[in-house]
Formats: sequence, C-alpha cells, structure tokens
Amino acid sequence: MRIKNQYDVIVVGCGPAGSSTAKSCAEQGLDVLVLDRNLEIGTPVRCGEGISDNSVKELRLKIPSSCIAQKIYGAVAYSPSEKSVHIKFPGTKGYIIERKMFDKWLAKQSSLAGATIIAHSNVVDIIKKGDYVAGVKAEILGEQNREISSSIVVAADGVESLVLRKSGIKSEKKPLLVDSGYQYEMENIKLKHPSLIELYFGNKIAKRGYVWVFPKSKTSANVGIGIAGASERSAKAYLDEWIAKHEMFENASIIEVNGGCIPVGGLMKNMTGNGIIGIGDAVNQVNPIHGGGIAESIKASRIAGPIIASAIKKGDVSGKFLARYDREWWDKYGNKLKNVEKVREYFEKLTDDQLEDLADILSGDILVELSHGKSLAKLIQLYARFKAKGIKRKLFGK
Amino acid sequence: MVVKIDKKKCISCAGCVAVCPVQALELKDKYPVCDEKCINCLSCIKFCPVAAINLVKGR
Repeated sequence: MRIKNQYDVIVVGCGPAGSSTAKSCAEQGLDVLVLDRNLEIGTPVRCGEGISDNSVKELRLKIPSSCIAQKIYGAVAYSPSEKSVHIKFPGTKGYIIERKMFDKWLAKQSSLAGATIIAHSNVVDIIKKGDYVAGVKAEILGEQNREISSSIVVAADGVESLVLRKSGIKSEKKPLLVDSGYQYEMENIKLKHPSLIELYFGNKIAKRGYVWVFPKSKTSANVGIGIAGASERSAKAYLDEWIAKHEMFENASIIEVNGGCIPVGGLMKNMTGNGIIGIGDAVNQVNPIHGGGIAESIKASRIAGPIIASAIKKGDVSGKFLARYDREWWDKYGNKLKNVEKVREYFEKLTDDQLEDLADILSGDILVELSHGKSLAKLIQLYARFKAKGIKRKLFGK
Repeated sequence: MVVKIDKKKCISCAGCVAVCPVQALELKDKYPVCDEKCINCLSCIKFCPVAAINLVKGR
C-alpha cells in the first residue's frame, strides 16, 4: 500500500455515503482514495440502525448475516396516551443492523473494487486551484499535514461536513430543519414486540419527532429520540424522562450512548461545485419523516459514480457538468423526499389531542404511505370526516 | 458572552458544528471549540442533545 500524491477522486468520510461512492467510482475504473478520521470505520455510531427491506432490495444489497442484529416484521405507532396502531406484514419488512459491522462490510466491498481506504486520516482543509477544489490537506494516519490532489473531491463527511463548508457550498442546517438525536443501546429490556419496531409520538414525549425502540435481539434495543433542534429541553432530558416512565426498562443496562444531528429538512438544489460533489448527511439526503439516511446516501452514490467518471473522462469537472448529479438525484429521489417533508410539516403542527384522534382513524397502510410522502390528502379528508362525525355526535347525541 | 463546552457531558456528535450558521465551531481533538466568529445566536445550545453547551460571561 502506498498513498500517492494524486488521485482521480478523493472521498472524505467512509460511512455508507463515502464507501458506496468510492465503490461506484472504482467500478468505473477510477483511482480512488477514501479518508476517514476515525480509528475504526463504522465508529462512533450515530444512528438508530434501521433499514427497510424495500431499500435493501432496491439497492440489491446482499447484507451478510453478521451485519444484521434483528429482522423486523412491522411497527407499532403509539399516541401520547399510548393507543397503538399496528403495522404488521407477512414477510420481513426491515432490519436492525450493526452499523459497526455494516460500515466495515461496505468499506471492504469498495476496497475490493479497487478503492484505497485509510482510517485515522483527518481532512483538515481543501486545496483550491483557482475556483476549483483540487484536493485535500489531511493528517494521514495521524501524521502531520499532507497535501493530496485530485480531480474531484467527494464530501461524504457527514452533517458537520468540513469539506462543504470550506468549499463554500451552502448546506443549511438551521435548528428548525434538523433533529437533535440521542440514543442508548440497552440490554435486558422486557420488550413487548421483539420483531416490531416501536414509535412513540407526542409533543411532551418528543417535540416534533418521536421516541423509537428498535430491537436488536429479544432483550436489547436501540432506544432513542429525535426532537426539533430548537427545543427548550435537551433530547437527553426528554429520553431519560420517557425511559423512567416505562417499566420495560426497569432492569435494563445502557451498553452504548450515542447522539447526533439528523438533517430532516433542507433538501439542497445545489450539491455540487467546481471539482466537488456532496453526498449523504453532508447534503441532507435523509428521509424527512423517519430520519433514515443509509438508503438515501447509497441511492445517491449510484447516481454520483457514473457522473464523476464521465466528468473525469471528459476532463470537465466544472460545477456546471457535475450539476447533472443534482438534476438526476432530484428527478429520482429529491422530489419524492420533498413530498415526505410536506407530510412531516403537517404532522409537526398537530397537537396531542389531534394525535389521539389520528390513532383512532389511521390504519397501518396509510401510515406506510405517509412515510413515502403519499396519501396526505387522504388523511386530511379522513380527519375532516372524523371531526364532522364528532360534531354531529355532540349536536345530535348520536 | 462566550460559548463554553462542558467536556464531561459532550458526546462529540458534532451536531453543534453542523447547525452553527457562521461556522464558529470546529471539532478539535473530538471536542467543539468556538472561535471569535460566534454571534451568540444560541443555535448550538438549543440543538445540543445533552445540554453540554452554555453561554458564560467573558470573551
């Protein structure tokens, strides 16, 4: 292994976004270097670790069983008073994965496809040539600054993306557009439904967001919360209070603590610039309702790889050329996610009383459609009818 | 007033770095450090999942 001074592509960050983009580029015959600041790929985890079976199938991911903690067959959504809506299906609906294993598995795949991945390599700055991003300054394996040049830099360095900030691409993460996330991995929980994920809604439980219980075995789960990033109390305060109120955690242990910023809003029209492409959390590629980003970033990487390859082959790495990635991503995924964001905006305005009403009228099917950004009109109509019935009942005593 | 990070509480999630509108925060040796660009907008404080950031007197 030798780290050269020049690559076609330097990918900053080796999460699912970085790994997958690196693989996609390497498969196109490009010379790819991936730098990740952490000592171990896949750590620290900042994730609830859920992924849907639909996404796994769509992406044709053959996730090895060692990366899968638990198969999931459905979900239970709870109203503030814990009325439940069950969403259950005959087949596997999703997986709770082990991100530490999963990210390493993805990294190994890209390495085998030809990309060079180096952990413990913190990128501290970008190199600019004129108004083009032309490489990075990095502390390779913890050693002092080294300059490495490239035709294209891929910013896959997560929510706080240093690369995007240094290159002047505006990635808006206003406190209202992000969720503040906090999570414990807990063991020895008395889980009611070890093969279902549980979601708890309510303005006093999780302002704008929800509390999740994602089982990792019959007795363990990721227990986490996402709330609007501009809430009065901290995510930890909300979660601790919620856990204290639930008997199932009475004898439970906390075996891991993690947290982070979930960009549930602010989808970006412009994710590219001269010599640079942003991908994953860095450019807010996240489902605005459930906050999942693994699938979104891998989907985007499949678009980015071929476009990066043709830009390099044509010798045109201008933002104008790379904007093909923006357009294709918006056509395929962005517009759909924008609709999901509209559903979230509707939901976040609901009062606890309205959430209770919804638990009465919502079916599992509609909930699933809503999370795909569909059926909002149907829900509003249903709710209007439900309310009208209520008024009739009050007026006429029926 | 200046932003102060309580390293005992901080979980190094870097969310504060992401939400800062003026890029005044950066992770240094795992913990966020705030520079003079800070405009006391409180975004990081409101965001912090573990309430590890406070405004204190000084500069």
